[in-house]
Amino acid sequence: MSRAPSAAPRRADVVIVGGGFMGAATAFFLRRHGLSVILLERDLIGQAASGVNFGNVRRQGRFLPQLPLSNLSRDLWGRLPELIGEDAEFLPSGHIRVAFTEDNAARLERYAADCRPYGLELELLSGNAARARFPMLAPDVHTVSFSPADGHANPRLAAPAFGRAARRAGAHVLEETEVTGIGKDGEDFVIETRGQGVFRAPLLQISTGAWAQAMAATFGDHLRLIPRGPQMGVTEPVPYRIGPVIGFASDVTEEGVYLRQVARGNIVFGGGRRTDANLVTKRAPLDPLNTIRQMPHLARLLPDIARLRVIRTWSGVEAYLDDDIPVMGPSAGVAGLFYAFGFCGHGFQLGPGVGHVMAELIATGKTSVPIDAFHIGRFRGPDRPNV
Amino acid sequence: MDDRPVIVVGAGPAGTRAAQRLVRAGLRPIVLDENDRQGGQIYRRQPPGFTRPAARLYGTEAGKATALHRDFEAILPDIDYRPGTTAWGVSGDVLLASRGSAVSELSFSAVIIASGATDRIMPCPGWTIPGVFSLGGAQIALKAQACAIGARPVFMGTGPLLYLVAWQYLKAGVPPVAVLDTSSYADRLRGLRQMAARPRVLANGLRYLADLRRAGVMLRTAIRPERIEDDGGTVGGIAWRTARGTLQRAACDAVGVGYGLRSESQLADLLKCDFAFDSVSAQWAPVIDGFGRTSNRQVYLAGDGAVLRGADGAEAAGTLAACALLLDRDHPVATAEIAALQQRVAVMDRFRQGLGRAFPWPAHLAGALLDETIVCRCENITAGEIRHAAQALDAPDINRAKALVRPGMGRCQGRMCGLAAAEILAHARGVPAEQVGRIRTAAPVKPLPLDSRIVP
Ligand SMILES: Cc1cc2nc3c(=O)[nH]c(=O)nc-3n(C[C@H](O)[C@H](O)[C@H](O)COP(=O)(O)OP(=O)(O)OC[C@H]3O[C@@H](n4cnc5c(N)ncnc54)[C@H](O)[C@@H]3O)c2cc1C
Repeated sequence: MSRAPSAAPRRADVVIVGGGFMGAATAFFLRRHGLSVILLERDLIGQAASGVNFGNVRRQGRFLPQLPLSNLSRDLWGRLPELIGEDAEFLPSGHIRVAFTEDNAARLERYAADCRPYGLELELLSGNAARARFPMLAPDVHTVSFSPADGHANPRLAAPAFGRAARRAGAHVLEETEVTGIGKDGEDFVIETRGQGVFRAPLLQISTGAWAQAMAATFGDHLRLIPRGPQMGVTEPVPYRIGPVIGFASDVTEEGVYLRQVARGNIVFGGGRRTDANLVTKRAPLDPLNTIRQMPHLARLLPDIARLRVIRTWSGVEAYLDDDIPVMGPSAGVAGLFYAFGFCGHGFQLGPGVGHVMAELIATGKTSVPIDAFHIGRFRGPDRPNV
Repeated sequence: MDDRPVIVVGAGPAGTRAAQRLVRAGLRPIVLDENDRQGGQIYRRQPPGFTRPAARLYGTEAGKATALHRDFEAILPDIDYRPGTTAWGVSGDVLLASRGSAVSELSFSAVIIASGATDRIMPCPGWTIPGVFSLGGAQIALKAQACAIGARPVFMGTGPLLYLVAWQYLKAGVPPVAVLDTSSYADRLRGLRQMAARPRVLANGLRYLADLRRAGVMLRTAIRPERIEDDGGTVGGIAWRTARGTLQRAACDAVGVGYGLRSESQLADLLKCDFAFDSVSAQWAPVIDGFGRTSNRQVYLAGDGAVLRGADGAEAAGTLAACALLLDRDHPVATAEIAALQQRVAVMDRFRQGLGRAFPWPAHLAGALLDETIVCRCENITAGEIRHAAQALDAPDINRAKALVRPGMGRCQGRMCGLAAAEILAHARGVPAEQVGRIRTAAPVKPLPLDSRIVP
């Protein structure tokens, strides 16, 4: 039904290019502002990064100026059933970061102090207190930083659910519709697609994830997106008992693994080294050697995991900017053009919030939480950090 | 010269013959096999200590079985044989293989994959009750352990294995209560002409049928499975409908089910070989040329892992794949040898097409399955949930359906349920099965211990 745009309008208030979590959530919230929306997705909604990620709904550890957006998003996660009619298996099970060394513990302590003004309350537990509270952890844990209201959800469900909710709310969600060219003709953006004709709108959002660099460049916004594939895996199911999402607090890449247990018992894990992803084939390889490299670090966190077996591994195409924070907000030079891409491995938690804030910005010109730090203008001028 | 080794994956009929041919040309392949002993599924050997004679184990095929075992033993000094070892992943151009928790990184100049097949399953209500086995499982129990799946078994499904296993049970002193075949007598006749390509095999089949009939085994064709009945947690009986729709039932204490075979083609998928839909077997298969070459220059396929031609076909295809590899590196191979092998394979192929007609995959049963029937037993996913994915959630292909409602997400990674799940999805969408695609393979092909480590 969604794949035959012949019945769909050719023009709307807003065209959104890219139906990942960001595009789908924006379409949904734009309808609540009463704007007409056409969402164009090359493949299926939420099939790229948004559908294959680890599923962390985590605020702790984020870039501090992102916390207001992240807090808003966390509230929306808790309200998914009333917003979109399903919960995407969101489990507010808490999130912990585990430090094994003095240095990493000190870093956790500093962050816990720094994030408090942003309304994020973390609980720090050391030594025996940490082990008593989280007995599944390894005996040599030094410090645990606990964020009780964070959690995890099922990435395979979330973005498609927003896509369907957007459709129910009246957005025209067109899948298998690849955008091949974008330009401006007077007041209107003109959006060409492969085989599905041309669409027009006075307002345009580009939310094409790892594929956004060339589109932004069309409008004179230059930056560098580096496509990468984070490495994920899942074990066979075991009785549910872990609770929080567990992450290794370390600045050594190899050690940076994380895991969570889903309600039906499987333990999903990820982290460590990433592979290079390919924008043309739209594939990011999973290197099985990376899975093997993750194993000792996973077992360091959760010794019992070593007795399980991995049943599946995967990766997905994600894009990273040099400063590891996203591009979000209006274009630097073109009126009516908006960006939401480059979430650098932490966009899943932000999905509902990004949709909410982008819709607000597009519909009203203002946002309820600050997003200035993510303006694409940071890549312009003499001191541009990129290029 | 590329001096990295050639790897043969699998030591059944295809792998054994491939390795033997390579050895004859002076190569020293690595032979990986998941089983602890060579022989594959069909010529599976008993564990040490079990000593039933070959004639009892393999029946009419005892001569072939012993020849294959003997020939393998003869090349042992010339190969690097690694039993109990599973190839489960590919990293760059390195094959990863595990024995327990020890992982080896095996670089290769070429790999011949002869990974065989497993039973093809069409679920029916009750198929997850303890006491229900796949036909292959029922056969392994008999061959490897000298155990029967029950004292009064019923065999249901379609395909030659259905009658072979029933007959083997009869010979082992466990006469089946019934053999229930979803294919019709008319199907059988349609396949006859091509099956006549192998008169001896056809005659064997007819003999199995005659023996079963003479022993008083109930033989039914054109049945529709209704349900396997649960009697306090074990199998108590089986009910089916006749072609006319009449409900019938039989008491039994075990059921063996199978609808032909499906290729183990995941390694070929990980090695990025092209696939195409094969209408004879109604499933996706790696694309190969007349020798077993794939779209990946380094990868050759042989045996049931590529095309379901059975054990004799596998032996010929194994030698042929080895010949192709030798030709591709300028080893002399006699034209006559190739011609003879290709001719043998062609005969098997005709026969295979006949089998496909005689015992068709009952795709229509997928559409009629009750919503509450479990399809994916690892994840407990029902036919109704797959239909929900097809309709309310608008999943156009099997990978999307898997992502949204989890068929094929569990331990077996869709090896058992994948084809039936795709069929249900296709039916619910009103499209041919090939349009919903096939489940994408991800490493590990088999579960990988989380305490794995690389060993040199
Ligand atoms: C393996 C992995 C693990 C991750 N783990 C986490 C985590 O635990 N927590 C977390 O918060 N984040 C995580 N992330 C990051 C998170 O997934 C992303 O930040 C987020 O999904 C980005 O959403 P998006 O909508 O920007 O991009 P995408 O989901 O990539 O969507 C972009 C869409 O644009 C479409 N598109 C591209 N070009 C065109 C075109 N020309 N025409 C039409 N459509 C087009 C694509 O098909 C795609 O659907 C992870 C990412 C990966 C890959």
